[in-house]
Amino acid sequence: MWLVKIYVTLKKGLLDAQGKATQNALESLGFKEVEEVRMGKYIHIKMKGQNQQMVIQRVEEMGKKLLANPVIEDFTYEVEVLK
Amino acid sequence: MKFGVIQFPGSNCDYDCFYALNDVFKVEVEYIWHKQTDIKGYDGIFLPGGFTYGDYLRVGAIARFSPVMSVVIDYAAAGGLVLGICNGFQILTEAGLLPGALMRNNSLHFICKYTYLKVENNQIPHTYSCKSGQVLKVPIAHGDGNYYIDEHGLSLLIKNNQIVLRYCEENGEVTPKANPNGAVDNIAAICNKEGNVLGMMPHPERCVEDCLGSSDGKYIFNSILNFIKNSKVKL
Repeated sequence: MWLVKIYVTLKKGLLDAQGKATQNALESLGFKEVEEVRMGKYIHIKMKGQNQQMVIQRVEEMGKKLLANPVIEDFTYEVEVLK
Repeated sequence: MKFGVIQFPGSNCDYDCFYALNDVFKVEVEYIWHKQTDIKGYDGIFLPGGFTYGDYLRVGAIARFSPVMSVVIDYAAAGGLVLGICNGFQILTEAGLLPGALMRNNSLHFICKYTYLKVENNQIPHTYSCKSGQVLKVPIAHGDGNYYIDEHGLSLLIKNNQIVLRYCEENGEVTPKANPNGAVDNIAAICNKEGNVLGMMPHPERCVEDCLGSSDGKYIFNSILNFIKNSKVKL
């Protein structure tokens, strides 16, 4: 079994209204050191796969087909063996 | 003349569309369940507003893979008339039938109010009976209506006359102030290159009788009905 952690975020340059609102809230709480907040989604997938390369190939397909919208979002992921 | 209104799990403007077509415009209309894969015999297909699949993952992202959508894609490719309203518009962009995407409103607020819309293109079936530059008063009700497309995509929309409605002031002036949600270029509705598929965030089905505060939605419905009456194309 594999554990895949997928992160979906708005593309750089797009206004992230949720991130901006959260950043303002952090600043108003005194966290003045905050430079930027970007919001996104974390997707946790447990899956079968013969080897890491095949898992990555399937995860790439999932990301492109459904998990992220390539018009506005990017996705990254980490793959671990699940013991 | 017969229309179909698709019902996805979580559609909630399906009855309004049905009512407008059946009770106000007196045309035949049927519901189409999202698992249906035969949509032959309809003069037009409506994708109504709502919160399909609870807006999980992204608005429209899961409904886009409903069985009916593969036949809607074929229907559109064959020139069939399609209108996606609000969540229906979001599903059409997710399905790739319309370019761009709909993002969270820049204010982060769900906005439910009347807006003014300028008819920028009256050369498609959905605006066939509107005057160019006509101002329509139609309500919006959405949290994700902030239309986004990159600069290249926008230039193509402009070049191909695909921007159909823009948010404007009551006098028809398109201003940043009239833009309720941050949409690129004040875009409220776009069509595909061929003009048979329209997606719009405002709800024409919610303003077809004077008692509702506006009956300007009639211009969209009458356009579609008049276009079909005057065209000989049948699918």
